[in-house]
Amino acid sequence: MASATAAPHVHAPTDSPGNYLTDKRGIASWLFTLDHKRLGVMYLIVGMLAFFVGGMLAEVIRTQLLVPQGLIFNGQTPQAAYAAYKHYNQVFTLHGIIMVFMVLIPVIPGALGNFTVPLLLGAKDVAFPRLNLLSFWLYVFGTVLAIISTLLGAVDTGWTFYTPFSIQTETYVVVMVLGLFLIGFSSILTGLNFIVSIHKLRRPGMSWFRLPLFLWATYATSIIQVAATPVIGVTLVLLALERIMHIGIFNPALGGNPLLFQDFFWFYSHPAVYIMILPAMGIISEIVPVFSRKHIFGYEAIALSSLAIALIGFLVWGHHMYVNGQSAELDAIFSFLTFLVAVPSAIKVFNWLGTMYKGAIVLHTPMLYAISFLILFTIGGLTGVILGALATNVVLHDTYFVVGHFHYVMFGGTIIAFLGGLHYWWPKMFGRMYNETLARIACILLFIGVNVTFFPQLIVGAEGMPRRYAHYLPVYQPYMVASSIGAYIQLAAFLLMAGYLIHSLARGKKAPVNPWGGGSLEWTTSSPPPEDNFQVAPEIGDHYDPYDYHHLVYDANVGGYVHVDSPGHDAPVYVVGSIPRPVAG
Amino acid sequence: MSEAASVGERQNQGCEHLAHHFDTPQQQFDAGKLGMWLFLTTELLLFSGLFCAYAVYRALHPEVFRYASQYLDMPSGLANTLILLTSGLTMALAVRFAQTGKKIGLAICLFLTICGGLGFLGLHGYEYFTNYRQKLLWGLDYNPTRGPHGKPLTPILSMMPPKVRAKPAESPGWTRLDQLGKVGFIVSHSDIAPASPGPSGAAPQEKIVAIASPYGQPANVQLFFSIYYLMTGLHSLHVLVGVILITWLLIRAIRGDFGPGYYTPVDLIGMYWGLVDMIWMFLFPLLYLIH
Ligand code: HEM
Ligand SMILES: [Cu+2]
Repeated sequence: MASATAAPHVHAPTDSPGNYLTDKRGIASWLFTLDHKRLGVMYLIVGMLAFFVGGMLAEVIRTQLLVPQGLIFNGQTPQAAYAAYKHYNQVFTLHGIIMVFMVLIPVIPGALGNFTVPLLLGAKDVAFPRLNLLSFWLYVFGTVLAIISTLLGAVDTGWTFYTPFSIQTETYVVVMVLGLFLIGFSSILTGLNFIVSIHKLRRPGMSWFRLPLFLWATYATSIIQVAATPVIGVTLVLLALERIMHIGIFNPALGGNPLLFQDFFWFYSHPAVYIMILPAMGIISEIVPVFSRKHIFGYEAIALSSLAIALIGFLVWGHHMYVNGQSAELDAIFSFLTFLVAVPSAIKVFNWLGTMYKGAIVLHTPMLYAISFLILFTIGGLTGVILGALATNVVLHDTYFVVGHFHYVMFGGTIIAFLGGLHYWWPKMFGRMYNETLARIACILLFIGVNVTFFPQLIVGAEGMPRRYAHYLPVYQPYMVASSIGAYIQLAAFLLMAGYLIHSLARGKKAPVNPWGGGSLEWTTSSPPPEDNFQVAPEIGDHYDPYDYHHLVYDANVGGYVHVDSPGHDAPVYVVGSIPRPVAG
Repeated sequence: MSEAASVGERQNQGCEHLAHHFDTPQQQFDAGKLGMWLFLTTELLLFSGLFCAYAVYRALHPEVFRYASQYLDMPSGLANTLILLTSGLTMALAVRFAQTGKKIGLAICLFLTICGGLGFLGLHGYEYFTNYRQKLLWGLDYNPTRGPHGKPLTPILSMMPPKVRAKPAESPGWTRLDQLGKVGFIVSHSDIAPASPGPSGAAPQEKIVAIASPYGQPANVQLFFSIYYLMTGLHSLHVLVGVILITWLLIRAIRGDFGPGYYTPVDLIGMYWGLVDMIWMFLFPLLYLIH
């Protein structure tokens, strides 16, 4: 469309640019908003509340495990101990369900994705704003159902709901499962919305290979959300019907096959781990080049490896079932495919390192998180490969090693990247800066906490301690205590973070348009953006490249970066890509 | 295709329906269409879970499917197939009439489609009802008094494994499993495939005995009916939703909302109805025509 003409300029916002946070007032203007940015903020709030609850449950777990017989849930007689340990099962089940289904899966697409996707595209909103609102409310209602089920009788099946135990337990599995069904629906609609937005709402000139990599990651994630979530939906419905109507599909007593449940469950839940990690990788792909002041290395490789992960990720679910009665031939095939899926992840890691190599690295908070991510995710990914190997898996399956692995990837990967993204886009979301020093301290504290918590779990798992036990052999105690101390360190880091972020909302320094020198479109509109995102619809010039930082220079008067037409001339004029990049790229 | 595109272009005139975040009606139409395709994909995947369960159990128990399918009323299923095919045609015509602005044709076709949907639901409901009377239900509630085609069920005692014989059958027909113990606790009686050899010594050594029905039926016929009700039930639910949506279209069509400038809802719901049709075209042979 707008092909060969030189790009017009987009001028910096001048008089009263508008502010999506304050332009409309009243609680209803939030609850029924169609604005993707407000929905993002609401996802953030609900997600953080869920994270708080899930985190407190984690602290309960770690406190229980300070002593071998259990500090909180224990009993003198076997009967008393049995009853108490059941509560422990409920606690870790809720911790898992909340963290997986209410935090890790929805929060990056829901909060950061909703906020940034239209901005990065240069669009006014997502393709279907009403659907977006519906999606948010499904998430909330699903969470409410989960709370109700917890009050009635908290589920004690583990987040995996394996049959036949999930058919037999007296707890309120049906209500919980219906809640998760709604959350799944919400996830599908979010993914659908993003796919259509990325296909249809790109500004003219924003071709596929000019998309910021976060959009590629979101696109790949959305494919998984749309293609895998219906399967967990039908599985959960079947489980509910199993309990209500005794249909027998998963119930061996009625001729059903419990392995089928595991197959269905992991057919979703393995791809779901990529729903968690892909957007996280997208965030890292945004942060690393900006804070290395260097063009992203291997753009195409990163973009396409997201798709590769999404596709291969559908073929590896059997690695959760090596020792569950799956045939040896299948085991071998799944093991091979599992090794394969690690390749695109590794490709990304090398490209991020390549981006940092010889870059002018600035260690602001988002970059600290990105570096933490690189270290922690690498540990997580490598332990995943160890688990993917058949021989080692037989020994390590259902031990703390698995717990250590998935916390390294889910916490060290997803949560850390999410926090990085939150710190990166925070000034844009709320128009305020946070205290950089405290933020760095919290980040480093968290990094230490994560390692102190989860590394001992890897060791103790390799030594044979099974997961999900409320009590353990005394020989494991040193590791368990270390792990608990790590959990308390994390708690301290999060409290600090909550403190300075709330402080920033109240009296943080006003954020400039472009505090970090990012090259993508969200950094050309005011902080916070107006309701329609851009005062003037951005025009994409022929030389637009979101990772080209040559024309962004720091302006101390503004407190942020400004776009200059040519070096030495610092008029704050926002021109998106009208100047040819040096031939090098 | 190309014709559809040119028709789509004509939609550019319908500006009053343009949402603020789209630049052109064409862009909005395309977005809606893509969204619908994706939604249909998720629907297909929702069903695919059940198709998968079907495939697994049919592979594990071919005799069950062959036997139980005889219980189903093939002529009624065939009639339903024809009804849905016809309603698919009328829906496609409705979309065409909407694009070309033939308002009366549109209303008539939508009406006929609704009739088709209701006819399908009626016939299917009647089938459920007769099944219910014969106690051809899922799981433990599968308890028919007669065999397929009204033949009497004859007891074949020799097929009963010892433990089952130990419990007296209270009703003629299927030995109720819950008499044997609490549901979910009698794994050893089921006929799931033995676990593959795990680490040495972990494999079950003895072959697990299947539960044989005492009345000449293969074991686990109830599984077929669970799957039958799940698949057709989910499908009927979709038909019901379709009927409601098309009724809404009909009301709007009579009000004169649609024309060459704006027909997106007719188009999208037409796609949905196409999917509902198509799924039945798989269900019918898979459930009713097993020989
Ligand atoms: C390098 C890629 C990865 C490989 C090769 C890998 C491999 C594995 C394997 C083989 C298991 C099964 C262990 C067992 O139960 O015996 C496993 C478990 C798990 N992985 Fe990964 N993984 C990878 C990345 C991830 C990522 C990125 C996430 C999430 C963000 C993740 C989350 C999980 C979870 C949650 C479990 C445990 C599920 C449970 O049993 O509760 N993994 N992984
Ligand atoms: Cu997996």
